[in-house]
Amino acid sequence: MSERAGRIFGVKLWSRSVVALVLSLGAASAGTVSDYKLDNGLEVVVIEDHRAPVVVHMVWYKIGAADESPGHSGIAHFLEHLMFQGTKDVAPGELSKIVAAQGGSDNAFTTLDYTAYFQRVAADRLPLVMKLESDRMHNLNLLQSDVDTELKVILDERNQRIDSDPAALLNEQMSAAQYLNHPYGIPVIGWRHEMERLTRQNALDFYSANYAPNNAILIVAGDVKPDDVLALAKQYYGPIPPSDKIHDRVRPTEPPQLAERRLVLADARVAQPYVVRSYLADERNPGDQKEAAELTMLSQLLGGNRATSVLARALEFDQKLATYTSADYDGVSLDQTTFTLAVVPAEGVSLADVEKAMDDVLAKFLKDGVDAEEFARIKAQVKADQIYGADNTQGLAHRYGMALASGLTIKDVQDWPDQLQAVTTDEVMAEAKKVLDRRHAVTGWLTTEGAAQ
Amino acid sequence: MMTRFLALMGALVCLALPLHAEIQIQEVTSPGGIKAWLVENHDIAFTALSIRFKGGTSLDVAGKRGAVNLMTALIEEGAGDLDSQGFAKARDGMAAEFNFDSDMDGVTVSARYLTDTSAQAVDLLHLALTKPRFDADAVERVRGQVLQNIAGNLKSPDSIAGDILNKAAFGDHPYGSAGDGTIDSVKALTRDDLVAAFHGALARDRIYVAAAGDISAKDLGLMLDKLLGDLPATGAPQPADVALTVKSQVIQQDFLGPQSTISFYQAGVRFEDPDYFAATILNGILGGNGFSARLTDEVREKRGLTYGIDTSLADFDHAQILEGSLATANDKAAEAIQVIRDVWADVAKNGVTQKELDDTKTFMTGEYPLRFDGNKRIASILVGMQVLGLPATYPATRNAKVQAVTLDDVNRVAHSLLTPDKLTFVVVGKAEGVTSSN
Repeated sequence: MSERAGRIFGVKLWSRSVVALVLSLGAASAGTVSDYKLDNGLEVVVIEDHRAPVVVHMVWYKIGAADESPGHSGIAHFLEHLMFQGTKDVAPGELSKIVAAQGGSDNAFTTLDYTAYFQRVAADRLPLVMKLESDRMHNLNLLQSDVDTELKVILDERNQRIDSDPAALLNEQMSAAQYLNHPYGIPVIGWRHEMERLTRQNALDFYSANYAPNNAILIVAGDVKPDDVLALAKQYYGPIPPSDKIHDRVRPTEPPQLAERRLVLADARVAQPYVVRSYLADERNPGDQKEAAELTMLSQLLGGNRATSVLARALEFDQKLATYTSADYDGVSLDQTTFTLAVVPAEGVSLADVEKAMDDVLAKFLKDGVDAEEFARIKAQVKADQIYGADNTQGLAHRYGMALASGLTIKDVQDWPDQLQAVTTDEVMAEAKKVLDRRHAVTGWLTTEGAAQ
Repeated sequence: MMTRFLALMGALVCLALPLHAEIQIQEVTSPGGIKAWLVENHDIAFTALSIRFKGGTSLDVAGKRGAVNLMTALIEEGAGDLDSQGFAKARDGMAAEFNFDSDMDGVTVSARYLTDTSAQAVDLLHLALTKPRFDADAVERVRGQVLQNIAGNLKSPDSIAGDILNKAAFGDHPYGSAGDGTIDSVKALTRDDLVAAFHGALARDRIYVAAAGDISAKDLGLMLDKLLGDLPATGAPQPADVALTVKSQVIQQDFLGPQSTISFYQAGVRFEDPDYFAATILNGILGGNGFSARLTDEVREKRGLTYGIDTSLADFDHAQILEGSLATANDKAAEAIQVIRDVWADVAKNGVTQKELDDTKTFMTGEYPLRFDGNKRIASILVGMQVLGLPATYPATRNAKVQAVTLDDVNRVAHSLLTPDKLTFVVVGKAEGVTSSN
């Protein structure tokens, strides 16, 4: 953060990435939030923070990789890249350069449920980025040569982020095994053989079918006044006609899952073997976040704390069988999501033994119930997160964007901290018994054993 | 059509630029004489604190590589009458956050705590900074984690490339080897080694402090004495400067997988150098500006050889290098290296354009005020400024220094700094047609 650049190997300072952003606990209430809807259907959310002359401008499209048609995996993410290749008024690559020339930064990302574009600039440059972003909402202009080059880039991105990383490969295989019918089993970046065949026309079709004001959310956060933002939104986004092709996102749903799935990924590049288990789990739904709140508290109890959580205490501190444990659950998802546990065995401990130890700890937890003091500490942190969270305006904007693009409402976001506080220990235990059922789980081992050298 | 649109952009560009960061830094000296910088803001009821102890992993004594790293990871693993679990419970019960990190130039302690539990949070942090226990079971547990990290790094192409580059550039200086230590050196560390590393690294003669948020100057002064007043006055001697090795070479090492990771470096520039800002602008144009840099244009946008390439001017306390990195398909590595060499030679010979200079200046001056958003970021930036020896008035004058750089300055520096004939490439992967050379 000083004038001097530190060393960052392997981490790109900028990345048009496929990311699964994990929602931290709760959502902050600090920072006044205003929301509007333009006549063309564009939802506008303004979050005020006047401490620094900065603004974050984001457009979230309610379209993600799980909305792709069969055989076209990766098209949502490919289009995200191509959205930087210009319009009839802006040359390829020019948008990022214009933003950078203002001292700003810009980026975009694609997930299973949404695609988002954002810029962070000085507050008085808001009209500029609105002009650019609204322009590419309806004026994308793709040259075949740019499409060809960008296809190489996303194949390289797959090389770098997935094919060079055994952990990412296992993750991909596990998702495919987790979902028997729902498209969450298909990777966001796409299967390579399908990516290789994506065309300019595929991208344009996906664009014209999904990119429209009535399928988008505009979020502006920072040193701005809501009335000013609304006026600018009307000026730049208001004239864009809504699309009549936007319909409710109804995807194939999961049948009852009756059989546990087990995978072993052996790869000579694996440095650290581990066991990971994902259970199918319910997500946050509009007006109905109770179960998700219980699952969130459960994940915090099992693995949220590096020292005092159930898994860390038992496996790292007491039995000394593991060097790392975690429990992850993010309820922000359009459809059923996963509740995931991971355990890294200590030196000399086998995957079989550490997995058995993990299951024994879970069984004991289901019998003994919740440590009341740990539960109280987690609730104190949920409360504090509302205060700390207000320090990061971009983070707040993300929380709202992810939630709204995943079908939730502003009220759901604002109710969430109270929902977490209201969870009782009995509810957590009932939810634990329901979710920790191996019939709807996938267990993965990452190992070097048996890998081709 | 394009012209008209860009003309419109031009009009917007002329809006009043924020010429400097609008930030009020107070210089605070505690009753006991500890200096700190403060940005007071009472909007949100918490304080962010950042403390930097100069030295870091480079203070490791011979044969004890990894001691500072392991010691730093153990500061939060029990202190005073609290063991690991007790310390975590006390900290989390008041929702305070403490982070302890080491790097080659320092140990950084950062903290956030709520206003209504500030006294207890400071007491607990004080306990960690003065009475860490280094209990045997905590040492073994964390040592196991560190050993797994080291083993993991040995299979990570990025880490392997970093290790090779550091060895090539910095040789036997502590910078030349990983601060985590080796499997053997970490296994051999004793509790006494960790206690010695602790006393050597965390002392008042090397301390920089900043706070931002819900605290007054008076309260900060009192807090500093309580938190840091009884740290030892002096610590271990700082390492010497590096005799940097620069030469034209390729160092290639096989690695499994479809891609090669490439790192490269040459000599850099000190922050104190009058040409530092010209060099920073040059770096931005070469590869520091992300989507609008020469290397991004040539390697990614025109040829699709990589997902990303960047360069940075790394100014460490004891060495300066200009370095870059990318990952590329194995059959494209040779081409990527050639393109980088060509760009290097072209810029050294022909310089950059007025437009590139102007764009980079606009970027740098526009970006600077945007950094100061949020207490946590501000505390961290304020410590970084003090480490560089900058005055508290610096944010108000910094952009003028950038604006003062001329095209002649940048091109003079491009000519003198860039050494296409002394560029070292480290290639990790089965890159086709790339072999080690000297």
